[in-house]
Amino acid sequence: MSYLLEGRDAPWEVVIGLEVHAQVISQSKLFSGASATYGGEPNTHVSLVDAGFPGMLPVINRECVAQAVRTGLGLNARINLESRFDRKNYFYADLPTGYQISQFAQPIVGSGVIEIELADGSTREIGITRLHLEQDAGKSLHDQHQTQSFIDLNRAGVGLMEIVSEPDMRSPEEAGAYVRKLRTILRYLGTCDGNMEEGSMRADVNVSVRHSGEPFRTRCEIKNVNSVRYVMQAIEAEARRQVQVWEAGGTVDQETRLFDPARGETRSLRSKEDAHDYRYFPDPDLLPLVIDEGWVADLKAGLPELPDAKRSRFVSEYGIPRYDAGVLVAEQATADFYETVAAGGDPRLAANWVTGDLFAALNRTGRTIADSPVSAQAMRELLGLMVDQTINGRIAKDVFEEMVETGEPPAAIVERRGLRQVTDTGAIDAAVEAVLAANADKLAEYRSGKDKLFGFFVGQVMKGMGGKGNPALVNEALRQRLARSP
Amino acid sequence: MLTDLSIADGLRGLRGKEFSAVELTTAHLDAIAALNPRLNAYLTVTAEAALRGAGAADAALARGEQAPLGGIPLGIKDLFCTEGVRTTAASRMLENFVPPYESTVTRQLLRDGAVFLGKTNLDEFAMGSSNTNSAFGPVENPWHRTGDDAVLVPGGSSGGSAAAVAARIAMGATGTDTGGSIRQPASFCGIAGIKPTYGRCSRWGVVAFASSLDQPGPMARTVEDCAIMLRSMAGYDARDSTSVDRPVPDYAAACGRSLKGVRVGIPREYRADGMPSEIEALWQQGISWLRDAGCEIVDVSLPHTQYGLATYYIVAPAECSSNLARYDGIRYGRRVEAPTLDGLYEASREAGFGAEVKRRILIGTYVLSSGYYDAYYLRAQKVRSLILRDFTEAYRTVDALLTPTAPSAAFALGENMDDPIKMYLNDIFTVPASMAGMPGLSVPAGLDHQGLPLGLQLLGRPFDEETLFALGSAIEQAADFRRLPSVTAGRVR
Amino acid sequence: MSLDAATVKHIARLARIGIQDTEVARLQGELNGIIGWIEQLAAVDVEGVPPMVGTEQAALRMRDDVVTDGARPEAVLSNAPGRNGLFYTVPKVVE
Repeated sequence: MSYLLEGRDAPWEVVIGLEVHAQVISQSKLFSGASATYGGEPNTHVSLVDAGFPGMLPVINRECVAQAVRTGLGLNARINLESRFDRKNYFYADLPTGYQISQFAQPIVGSGVIEIELADGSTREIGITRLHLEQDAGKSLHDQHQTQSFIDLNRAGVGLMEIVSEPDMRSPEEAGAYVRKLRTILRYLGTCDGNMEEGSMRADVNVSVRHSGEPFRTRCEIKNVNSVRYVMQAIEAEARRQVQVWEAGGTVDQETRLFDPARGETRSLRSKEDAHDYRYFPDPDLLPLVIDEGWVADLKAGLPELPDAKRSRFVSEYGIPRYDAGVLVAEQATADFYETVAAGGDPRLAANWVTGDLFAALNRTGRTIADSPVSAQAMRELLGLMVDQTINGRIAKDVFEEMVETGEPPAAIVERRGLRQVTDTGAIDAAVEAVLAANADKLAEYRSGKDKLFGFFVGQVMKGMGGKGNPALVNEALRQRLARSP
Repeated sequence: MLTDLSIADGLRGLRGKEFSAVELTTAHLDAIAALNPRLNAYLTVTAEAALRGAGAADAALARGEQAPLGGIPLGIKDLFCTEGVRTTAASRMLENFVPPYESTVTRQLLRDGAVFLGKTNLDEFAMGSSNTNSAFGPVENPWHRTGDDAVLVPGGSSGGSAAAVAARIAMGATGTDTGGSIRQPASFCGIAGIKPTYGRCSRWGVVAFASSLDQPGPMARTVEDCAIMLRSMAGYDARDSTSVDRPVPDYAAACGRSLKGVRVGIPREYRADGMPSEIEALWQQGISWLRDAGCEIVDVSLPHTQYGLATYYIVAPAECSSNLARYDGIRYGRRVEAPTLDGLYEASREAGFGAEVKRRILIGTYVLSSGYYDAYYLRAQKVRSLILRDFTEAYRTVDALLTPTAPSAAFALGENMDDPIKMYLNDIFTVPASMAGMPGLSVPAGLDHQGLPLGLQLLGRPFDEETLFALGSAIEQAADFRRLPSVTAGRVR
Repeated sequence: MSLDAATVKHIARLARIGIQDTEVARLQGELNGIIGWIEQLAAVDVEGVPPMVGTEQAALRMRDDVVTDGARPEAVLSNAPGRNGLFYTVPKVVE
C-alpha cells in the first residue's frame, strides 16, 4: 500500500528525510555549568559562557557525551571514538557568540537503523545517517513589545542531539511512525524527554517528490515542526505544492520553508540572496573528543531494555499477541505497569485489562499511566481475585470502576459489598429452579427448540444471584437442569 | 630609586622591611602620573585599588607572610578581564565594558600578592605590531634614537606593557602573545618577555584574538623577573579546555643554571633577506656568549619557516573573524541603534572596530567562506603541522634554538603604515614558534647603531621554559644590558 | 584569486560590518594584497599531511554534570546596552 500522489502522466512518490533535534537530558548545559532546566525567570539559567562574554571558554559536559553515546547505541549506530566540534558561524539575536558549537565533519555517532511499524502491521527499516551534539540557541520573544524583540538566553547552550535520517521514508505515515518510534527510544533511554510541545524535540523535514525510478529531485527543508501530526500534515502539503510546481513546468528551488498549521501550507523562509554561508571550522577552544571503548561498553551495559527487545520478550514470555505487546511497550511506564500487573498472575488477562479497561479509564479521567487512579499493584490484586475465583469477571468490572472512583483496594470493596462469587451448587440450583418456575412460557419455547433462550436463562439466574454466581457453575447447573425432562 | 628595582630586588627589599609596599606602589603611581600623559602606556590607572592592595600586602608582610609577589606593582594588559575594572581591548567596542569576572591569570597574580597599577594599552584586540592600532591613541616607546626626538613605536600588541616596564612605571606587566605580541615589543623596548608554551597559562578571561595561538605571558626587565611572574601566572585551569595539567616548576631556580652540554640550534632559515647586518652581528654575538657559557652550538634547518607568516595570516584572521562575532551590540559593548537587527549589527561593528580589526575579520571571513576553506584554512593548518614537525625534528638534536627576535629595532610612528604586509613582516621570527605552540623568550642583548635595543629570541621544547630561562639569564649576564631608555621614571633625557 | 567589489561587499555583509561605498575600493586593494600574499602557501606540498589539532593536550577533558553557574542575571545583564526587565532587547525581528 504505497502512498502516491496523482500526477498528470504518472503518479508521484514522496521522498522524506528527517533531522530531529532532541534536547539532551542533563543537569547542566553542554559547555557551561548553568542549569539546563526548562523555564525559569529570563536569563537566570545563564552563565557568562552562555552569554558569550569576552574570554569565556567552553568545557564539555561528560553526561551530555554519555547521553549521545547511549542514544547512538539505542539507534543501533556506530559510535565514533574520536569526534570534533566545529563552529557554525551566523548572526542572530539569540546566538550570543555569533556561532553555534556543533559537530559538522566528525559527529560522535555514525550510521544506524531503526525499525518502524505501520498501521497494517508491516515494518520498515529507516536508516540513521548520523547523530551529533550541538548547542541550543536562546529564545527571541517577538510579541512583548511594539518595536523590540526580547532575548532570553536560558536555553542558550543546552545540549542538543541532532539525529539525521536517511531519505528512506515514502509517506507521511512513515514519517509519523519514525518520529514516534524515535521518541519512544529516546524516552526509554532517558536521553530526551521527547516533549514536542515544550520544544525539547522538534523536527526539520526534508521533502522532495519524484516519479518512481527517477533519481532524487530537489528537496525543501521545512524547519522546526513541533508535533507528529504537523510533521505529517507538512509533508502532505509540501509534496502537493512540489507536484504542482513540477507539473506546471517549473522547478522546485532548494530552500528552507515553514509550515503554517492554520493554513495547512508551507511558505518560504529566506530569500536566496541572504543564503547563509556558515563558515564551519574546528572550534579552536576545544580539542578532539576522544572516548574509550571501555566507557562505551560500560554505557552499553547500563542501557535499559529497549522497546523492540521488550516487545519480543512480552510475546515470548507472556504469550500475548504481538499487537498488544506493541501497544504495551510504546511507553516505558506502560510496559512497567503491565509487568507489575502480570507478575505471578495471568499475563494475557493482564494485557486485556491494561489495554482495555485501564486505557479506557485513563482516557475518561484524563490521566496518564504515571498518575493512574488505579495502581499496578491494585490492578494485580483485582485480577488475582478473578484468577482465584473470588469474584467473577462481571463483578471485577464493577469493582474496577469503584477503584477508579475511590482508590479503595479491590479486596476491601469485594468484602464491603459482599461481592464474593457464589460457588455453592445448592444455592445455584435453587436460583435455577426459581427462574424456570417464574418463566414457564420461556421454558416451553426452549423445549420446543428455541435454543437461544439458554442465554436468557443464564442472565436471569445471574441476575437472581446479584451477579455473583460463578458463571461456569451457573451454566453447568442450567444445562443439567434443562437436560432433564420437566 | 624604588622604580628602578627589579622584581626580585623589590621582593627582597619588602621582605627586609627596607621600604613598604605602599611606598613602592606610590612611587610607581607618581611616576605614572608624570609620564603616562606622554607615553600613553596605561589606558586606565587604578590608583585607589593599587594602594589598597599595597596596604594589604604590607599587612601580610607584617604578619610574616611571604607571598610570591607580595606588594609588587604590575601593569595588566587591557586584554585581561578584571572584575569591576573597565576592560577595553583598546577598542571603541569595549570602551565602557566592565567585566563581572577576573581572568584566571590575573586572579592568580592577585592571589600571590601582586598589586595592579592599571590596564595597559595595546593594539586593538591584540592585532598589531606597533600599538598604533589602539582606539585610544598610540604608545610612545620610551627609547629614542640617539640625537633624534622622533617618537618610536613600542612594538605590539603588548606595547603599553612593554613601554611601561621599560619606562619604570611598572615593575613587570602581563602580555599576551599570538604571533609575537610579547616578544617583539619586549625587543623594541629593551626588556625581557616570554611567550610560554600554548596551554601553560590559562586563556580564561582573556579577550580572545586567535584561540589556537593566544597565550598570556610575563614581561619584565630581567629574565629572573619573568620567571618569578610566570610561576604565578602559569598552571592548570579546568575552565580552559586547552590548558595543560602539569606541575608548575620554580622557574626562577632555572636562572643561572649550568649550561654545560646544552645543545643550542641555529636555524639557517632565520637569515632573512635584507636583515640589518647589526642584527646578524648580534646574533653571532649571542652564539658566542652561549658557546662561552658551555653550550654546544648546532646548525639546524626549519625548512617551512618561510611559510610561517602566510600561515599565520590565514589561521589568526579566520579564528578572529569568529571570535569577534560576539561583539554585536546586544549583551555588552558598543551599540549603534538601527531600525533592524542586521542594521544594528552592521552599524555597531562599523563604529566599534578599527581599520586593522575590520581588515582581519574580513580576511578571516573570506578564507573560511564556502569554496575557499580547503584552499586557505585547511591548507594553512596542514602547513602548520609541517612547521610543528620542523621544530619537533630540530628538538631531537638540540635543546633550544637561538634567533633574533625581530628583523629591526623599533621604528618611528607612521612608518610601515602604508602597507599592512610590511607591518606583518615584523613578526617573521616570532610567528613560527607561535604556530607550533612552542615557548619563546626574548632577551635584550644589545643596541643598534642608533642606540636602540635589540632582542635575541630563545625557543624551546614544549613546557621546557626552564631551559629558556637558563639560557636567557646567561645571555643577559653576558650582554650586561644596562642602558636606560631616554624616558624613565625620574629621568627624562 | 582576486576579490571584486561585489565579493568585498558580500564578505562584509557576512561579517556584519557596515562599509561605505567609498571604502570598497580601498578595502578591495588591501584585501587583494593580503590574499595574494598568503597564496604563497599553494606552493607547499601538503600531500598526506594532517591539519594541526591542539598541541600537547591532545584530547578534551570532560567536566562533571553539575550546576555550578547561572542564577546571576544582574551580572549577565550588567553591561547590556538595551534591556527590559530581565531581557536583552533588540530591534523587533519580523519572521
